[in-house]
Amino acid sequence: MKVDEKLALDAFKNDKDSHIKIRHDICRSKCKAKFCLFICPGHLYSYDEETDEIKVEYAGCLECGTCRVACIEGAIDWTYPTGGFGVQYRLG
Amino acid sequence: MEKIDVVIVGGGLSGLACAYMLAEHDMQVIVVERGDFPGSKNVTGGRLYLEPIRELAGTMLDGAPFERKVVREKWSLLGEGNSIGIDFTGDKFRQEAHSYTILRAHFDRWLADRLMEKGVFVIPKYRVDSLLWEGENVAGIKAGEEEIYANIVVAADGALSFMAEQAGLKPKMKPKGYAVGIKEVIELPEEKINDRFNVDKDEGCAHLFVGDVTKGLFGGGFLYTNKETISLGIVVGIRAIMEKSPTIEAHTLIDSFKERYEIKRLIEGGVLAEYSAHIIPESGYNGISKLYGNNMLVTGDAAGFALNMGVTVRGMEFAIASGVIAAETIIKAKASGDYSAKTLSYYENRLKESFVLKDLYNNRQMSDFLDNDDFFSYYPKLFPALVEKAMWFGREPKEKLSKTIWEGLKNSGALSMKGLKILYGMKKI
Repeated sequence: MKVDEKLALDAFKNDKDSHIKIRHDICRSKCKAKFCLFICPGHLYSYDEETDEIKVEYAGCLECGTCRVACIEGAIDWTYPTGGFGVQYRLG
Repeated sequence: MEKIDVVIVGGGLSGLACAYMLAEHDMQVIVVERGDFPGSKNVTGGRLYLEPIRELAGTMLDGAPFERKVVREKWSLLGEGNSIGIDFTGDKFRQEAHSYTILRAHFDRWLADRLMEKGVFVIPKYRVDSLLWEGENVAGIKAGEEEIYANIVVAADGALSFMAEQAGLKPKMKPKGYAVGIKEVIELPEEKINDRFNVDKDEGCAHLFVGDVTKGLFGGGFLYTNKETISLGIVVGIRAIMEKSPTIEAHTLIDSFKERYEIKRLIEGGVLAEYSAHIIPESGYNGISKLYGNNMLVTGDAAGFALNMGVTVRGMEFAIASGVIAAETIIKAKASGDYSAKTLSYYENRLKESFVLKDLYNNRQMSDFLDNDDFFSYYPKLFPALVEKAMWFGREPKEKLSKTIWEGLKNSGALSMKGLKILYGMKKI
């Protein structure tokens, strides 16, 4: 099963604004490793060659915060989603 | 302005345990929780050890929704295409209420409902944005335009603790100090679980895996049986995966784990019900934050109370114990009318007397000891390979068993200076 199919089984309440903001200037000037592209358990980060930007599908975020810890250049500005939004585990 | 006694940020086990004890002493308590209900943002492997918290918890967990009592402890070294394991069970584990598997969305919600019956306000869907300050003292919390003033703020907001970070009690999080856990909850009929794991009704199994499950990286796999589900997952060090070359996508580790012969049969026919992830403090004693400030206490994962001893992983009973001890501290502070850091230092002293800081301190060298790739790649390959060699009868005449083992160990380098040094180092843990 693909990871997006797994995420589709979870209960999410989508906020209209992203709780993850990416500082593209830092990604471009400082970051070579792009840890976010392979460390996210939801595989939500991708690189858009056309715009030279890292994109994140914030609506599928499992809120583990791994990207925040792994982004040692500080390009990921990560907060919890607004109260009552985001993933709602039914089993945990 | 009007102040309540205590506001607790986070409806996890430490926050709820703290609120429960405070309610028993008629304190005014509000718990704020950012999810739809307490437990809705929480994830465990996992299992809860009850014995260490029996006295501290009192009647708090009477009637709790436990999944299964763990009576079978398994531990496997996974090589590439082979494995060896330990399968322990004992009458003591079956007769006594030692440890139970749980699912947090059920467990924490149950405890929160119990709190509300006691008159505690539990406010869901409430994300705290910042702390309120009066000079050098924490004075409450702020969420949007709403403010709650309190004599004490308890930061029970989990491993990422934004509250402790804002208060300057917790340094910036570094990749070396944390691992990520990725978990699947898989539905299987109750009888199938009993049969496949060789346990009776309401009895369960806890199984940890080391080696190929993380492709030799710091971490491992876990499997816990619940009533009608299996919690299966992997834990991998964040720094370890950042440094891996060639790179591995973290989310694929659980897929290759499930493909293993050792696992495949156990979950066959199971239906995936939920996919989750959570961060885990991995530095043990050395990763603990400052535990108190003026008008503030830090509990559970927020404080870094988690202990990986290789063969066991613990966190939830530390959370409950620290919540209870935080409550004791707050009751004492209220009696004296003094909520300064000096008074609240009682919290740390009491934790030092309890199993929380004793266990973490006694195992303080564990995280450095485990910071050695040999445990995750070299040994998990070596031992299954030795057994394979001993058990295999081919066309060649079989050499003496002792020769097979001796040569195997010698050729593998396990008896080299480096190998012996690691064995010698084990006395430190």
